[in-house]
Amino acid sequence: MSPLDFITDLFNPDLRFLPKALLVAVMSSIVCGVIGCYVVLRGMAFIGDAVGHAVFPGLAVAFVIDGNLLLGGAAAGVLTAIFVAVLSQNRRLREDSVIGILFAAAFALGIVIISRSPGYSGSLQQFLFGSITGVLDSDIYVVAIAGVVLLALIFAFHKELVAVSLDREMARAVGLPVFWLDLALYVMVTVAVVISVQTIGNILVLALLITPAATARLLTDRLGLMMILAPLLGGLSAVVGLYLSWSYDLPVGGTIVLVTTALFLVSWVAAPRHGLAARGRSRVHVPAAMSSGVMAE
Amino acid sequence: MTLRISDVDVDLGGRPVLRGVNLEVDPGELVALIGPNGAGKTTLLRTIMGLLTPRSGGVRIDDAAVRRGSIGYVPQRHEFAWDFPISVEDTVMTGRVRRIGWLRRAGVADYAAVAEALDRVHMSQLAKRPVGELSGGQRQRVLVARALALDPSVLLLDEPFTGLDMPTQELLTDLFRQLASEGHGLLMTTHDLVAAVHTCDRIALINRTITAAGPPAELNDPELWMSTFGIRATSPLLKSLGLGPTAPETLEEVV
Repeated sequence: MSPLDFITDLFNPDLRFLPKALLVAVMSSIVCGVIGCYVVLRGMAFIGDAVGHAVFPGLAVAFVIDGNLLLGGAAAGVLTAIFVAVLSQNRRLREDSVIGILFAAAFALGIVIISRSPGYSGSLQQFLFGSITGVLDSDIYVVAIAGVVLLALIFAFHKELVAVSLDREMARAVGLPVFWLDLALYVMVTVAVVISVQTIGNILVLALLITPAATARLLTDRLGLMMILAPLLGGLSAVVGLYLSWSYDLPVGGTIVLVTTALFLVSWVAAPRHGLAARGRSRVHVPAAMSSGVMAE
Repeated sequence: MTLRISDVDVDLGGRPVLRGVNLEVDPGELVALIGPNGAGKTTLLRTIMGLLTPRSGGVRIDDAAVRRGSIGYVPQRHEFAWDFPISVEDTVMTGRVRRIGWLRRAGVADYAAVAEALDRVHMSQLAKRPVGELSGGQRQRVLVARALALDPSVLLLDEPFTGLDMPTQELLTDLFRQLASEGHGLLMTTHDLVAAVHTCDRIALINRTITAAGPPAELNDPELWMSTFGIRATSPLLKSLGLGPTAPETLEEVV
């Protein structure tokens, strides 16, 4: 199918779910791209993965009792984040063990809960791998509002979040509320995951957080630019992924993630300063680089 | 402005770490805080910064409570995320994050303070460079500039020399001497005892408490160093300080 056919389908009144899915996928990719910059830079990938799994029991409960999926997921994610914070107080266990225990437990709970609902294998697959059908009009508003609020918060507290991410000791010393800024970031990651889960699925949502941000990191040494590139790359992946998924009848979550991964691999090889090719070139200029370093010192 | 630490007791997790610590750092003075591992050096710095609350005793500046920003903190280099995509000048600006205030952007005064701090540590020409591309000595100077961005009267430096080669250490020592001559009081922990003896105005020996403090020339009793560091009379450390039995000359001659 040509891109033109895809655009025609987007405006086909019989396929009204398609533009809705595209809108939600693009919006959540943009939000995840921006927040993912912090996830990547602070080495929080495992926490992102944990939250992605931890929202599952909330989604399952909401699905079984016919409640709001986004609210259910957000509640479960935030509860798990608080559990992690509390259980990590026991210093005999490292935080990653606690996170591992809790996210597997939350995921298991979700599977047990959803097995109680009729026709569960279909809905299970939809949660795990995402789906482009079934996006409600109200979902679009919720995702849009949540996305705008998240981006506004990230922008408003940018310099404080940067200071804490750079050096917690110094941040404490100058009087920043480090614990509350950490908690705010965890909650923002949770919300970003929840609004993305529907189209991309439980398991693959991690890629939306990590991959575009990591790709952007390869392309620039400036945080501001990184936080513009990551959502652009994420949004591009969502559009291209959905197009490929629609044209070749592929699962949408998997297709979007593979597109982001392809962009990452291209950057890994061809990025201007940090890519494989650039590093290969700079190796030739090692003496020059060293002498300029000495002069700078 | 004089930093006064009086009768400070600090417990960590129920264990006594510091007992009855008394120390003063005057303006224009470079003071080395020296002691073995686990002696409580970093704990004392964190207490002075207000990151730890002492069980008793207190820290004051000129007999007034410590105001936020009057003490600059330069933590160990490994505390900082050097892989973060941020420039030297933006890093220095993070030192002013609380002074700028919530929901506000840096203003003219903030940029001026950052430029001045970078100038003081001779890093102005590298202001736009990503911090990940700096050498160890340059990184240390960025951390000093970040602390200077608040124009503190006292600077606390936690092991600034660790992992740096001799020429870099000398450049940093020059910088610290220059800051002291500009009227800052500097208190730094270090494991380089010989360098401390040669470059600092005073040395404070610490092991759970300040066992001795004074100009290097006055700390010439080997017994003092042996008890503080738990070393033997034959230790090469004493020899290198000129205090060992095989090197009977006094510390004055070495200094």
